[in-house]
Amino acid sequence: MQFLISMHINPAVLDALTDEEKEAIGTGHAALLAAVKESGELITTQALVDPSQAAVVKVRNGQPVVTDGPFLEAKEFLGGFYLIDCENKERAIELAAMVPDAAIEGLGVEVRQVMFADGLLEA
Amino acid sequence: MTTPVGDLLRTLTPQVLGALLRRYGRFDGCEDAVQEAVLAAAAKWPTEGVPDNPRGWLVTVASRRLIDQVRSDHARREREAAIAVQPPAEEVPDTDDTLVLLFLCCHPTLTPASQTALTLRAVGGLTTAEIARAFLVPEATMAARISRAKQRIRAAGSSFALPAGAELADRLRVVLHVLYLIFNEGYTASSGRDLDRADLAYEAIRLARLVHAQLPDDDEVTGLLALMLLTHARRAARTTEAGDLVPLAEQDRSRWDRDLIEEGTELVKAALAGPALGPYQVQAAIAATHADAPTAAQTDWRQVAALYLILSRIAPNPMVTLNRAVAVAEVDGPAAGLAILSTLEGDDRMAGHHRLLSVRAHLLERNGDLAGAYDHYRRAARATASLAEQRYLESRASRLRR
Repeated sequence: MQFLISMHINPAVLDALTDEEKEAIGTGHAALLAAVKESGELITTQALVDPSQAAVVKVRNGQPVVTDGPFLEAKEFLGGFYLIDCENKERAIELAAMVPDAAIEGLGVEVRQVMFADGLLEA
Repeated sequence: MTTPVGDLLRTLTPQVLGALLRRYGRFDGCEDAVQEAVLAAAAKWPTEGVPDNPRGWLVTVASRRLIDQVRSDHARREREAAIAVQPPAEEVPDTDDTLVLLFLCCHPTLTPASQTALTLRAVGGLTTAEIARAFLVPEATMAARISRAKQRIRAAGSSFALPAGAELADRLRVVLHVLYLIFNEGYTASSGRDLDRADLAYEAIRLARLVHAQLPDDDEVTGLLALMLLTHARRAARTTEAGDLVPLAEQDRSRWDRDLIEEGTELVKAALAGPALGPYQVQAAIAATHADAPTAAQTDWRQVAALYLILSRIAPNPMVTLNRAVAVAEVDGPAAGLAILSTLEGDDRMAGHHRLLSVRAHLLERNGDLAGAYDHYRRAARATASLAEQRYLESRASRLRR
């Protein structure tokens, strides 16, 4: 079963972390990445640039209209994800709990099963 | 996946692996060497022709690979010396190692995902790339999974021998479950790569046939093979050309594979005549009852309901209860089916489960509660992880709206 473990970050919360806390996030992700690579559960993981760099695209009367900035008017934004293939939802939740963000108040880690997949990744 | 050379290689893979294991031990190293030899043959044989003794060719090439592997590993000098004195591989014993290999690949310390992957590679003779495609993951992911599975088997210190006594029965149950999972993975194909995944059902049947040939008197092995054949027989009728699901009651039965049904039905009869009754035999008997009905309306639902009752006694689980509710509704009416469903209310495993929601939707519809049925079809459509099933449930819901 394939699951997307998505990380919903809050730039203000991240900015307020101490250097040690930021470093702990880095090592936590490295440890999780190594574990799921070794177990054969990782399909891919990606991290996104800061939400301030996003552009929202709308098509009106057949013409694209582009606005800078994120679509959601929220404090939290999609920061990145792990796409994994694992035994069941319980295991996906176990892996999500290894995402260091899950231990930080104000950051969100979400698990959702994949329903359709296609692409060169064969995943 | 099915070419003459491919078929030959898949048949020979477990034999060659067995021959190497007998000679050298070291499951992980031998398995890698055999895979490399098979890949070499797959590249060579179609253009240069199949050698006179293909099995001997593979054993020789795989042995060389294994020795090269050991030589390049400086930390294992002593084993190199031990292997170097072995005579070159020529004679291959005629015993069938398939069963021993299956027990090894379905080692209880492995997760089902690892058991299925390793079984398909070491016994099924599929390449890592083929297995990865079938399970819709990148090859690197599948390679890591297989390599970790082999490490675990090495750590568990498994020997290349059949388990004895009571352990044999327990381990056989795991093997059958793994074959069942491989079959289901192929059978429930729902995405754009249906063809690759359908081959998994074919592979599972092939492996079940191998086990059946080794253990013809085991009624559950016979039952599982029968169940697979009878289910696979409906394959062509099960989806529309657009990939939409066709429920059993609406399938064009002239498209069912009669040869598979006949073979499956004979196997069920043989299994049920045996001394031990198990869940695969009962499920196969249910499939045979459906196969026996010329039209959906002529289904012997009384027999299906009775078989589900037996199944719920010998292998109780909420899915069996769910299916029994469907059968009982056919015999005694939808209200009787709904009453059985209500016994699942408090079951955490089934709370919000799409199958429970969709069965309830069907029974509510037949009971005349169209608003309730509409609501349940919609909830079931939201809960499923299968696109084909979602399309089907949405169409049932919109039919009620009209």
